[in-house]
Amino acid sequence: MSKHRHTEPLSDLVLRVKALESLLVEKGLVDPAALDVLIDTYENKVGPRNGAQVVARAWTDAGYKARLLSDAGAAIAELGFTGRQGEDMVVVENTPKVHNLTVCTLCSCYPWPVLGLPPVWYKSAPYRSRAVRDPRGVLREFGTELPEDVEIRVWDSTAELRYLVLPERPAGTETLGEDELAALVTRDAMIGVVKVTVPT
Amino acid sequence: MNSVHDLGGMDGLGPIVHEADEPVFHAEWERRVFALTLAMGFYGAWNIDSSRHARERTPAAEYLSSSYYEIWLSGLERLLDETGLLTRAEVDARIATLRAGAV
Repeated sequence: MSKHRHTEPLSDLVLRVKALESLLVEKGLVDPAALDVLIDTYENKVGPRNGAQVVARAWTDAGYKARLLSDAGAAIAELGFTGRQGEDMVVVENTPKVHNLTVCTLCSCYPWPVLGLPPVWYKSAPYRSRAVRDPRGVLREFGTELPEDVEIRVWDSTAELRYLVLPERPAGTETLGEDELAALVTRDAMIGVVKVTVPT
Repeated sequence: MNSVHDLGGMDGLGPIVHEADEPVFHAEWERRVFALTLAMGFYGAWNIDSSRHARERTPAAEYLSSSYYEIWLSGLERLLDETGLLTRAEVDARIATLRAGAV
């Protein structure tokens, strides 16, 4: 996974995919219209803005936050986010003394309904290998320096169970509404590699 | 059985490359592989665990030198071949036809 042949794929690769798709369509095994719907859904509709709404709601509604931490799947479904790769969810809360980091060492498990599809670095060998061995060093690579007395908890996702980090609400955001708060919440903060910050 | 996909704790795999404003897909073929893999999952000839296992059986050197969706493609081709839904020979023949038509 160390090579990044994304922008200029070999034509052999493109041909392999074209061959596969044309044959599967001809055999009636896949419906071309369904393929387009799947791509549009995960490219344009499902993404980290969903998770940001969950976080902002938890920051502004103590009852919701309690439900989110006790039964994440049900609380996330309250906001209408359900579906594949999010069937069993756990939300882990960052505090001044605990920082949570999520990874999938075996592959790429990730909470699709709230974060969409994972970025390349999350699926890459360097992140998967080191997040569990040197989380503090990994966080530093993302520009996140944590005091030594902050405990780091690393959660290794599986096909059955996926994690979402509830970041700390940044100071100075007391007057902001839910939508303004959601706009501050990034994908990387919900994976746990950075904190949520207020642009200055 | 352990194999190369079990990367937790390994050393020497390099720096983490973070791409700012990363697109969901980096090429059209990635969109197609993603959608074909999900669609064939819905078809029901195998489950998600078989699908993961097919990717994990990518030979180690190939696994580490492939991009994510190349590994997905490799897994899908393997499952189609093993279930007999679409053999490698059929795919190879179609590739040859497409290549001849493109020249």
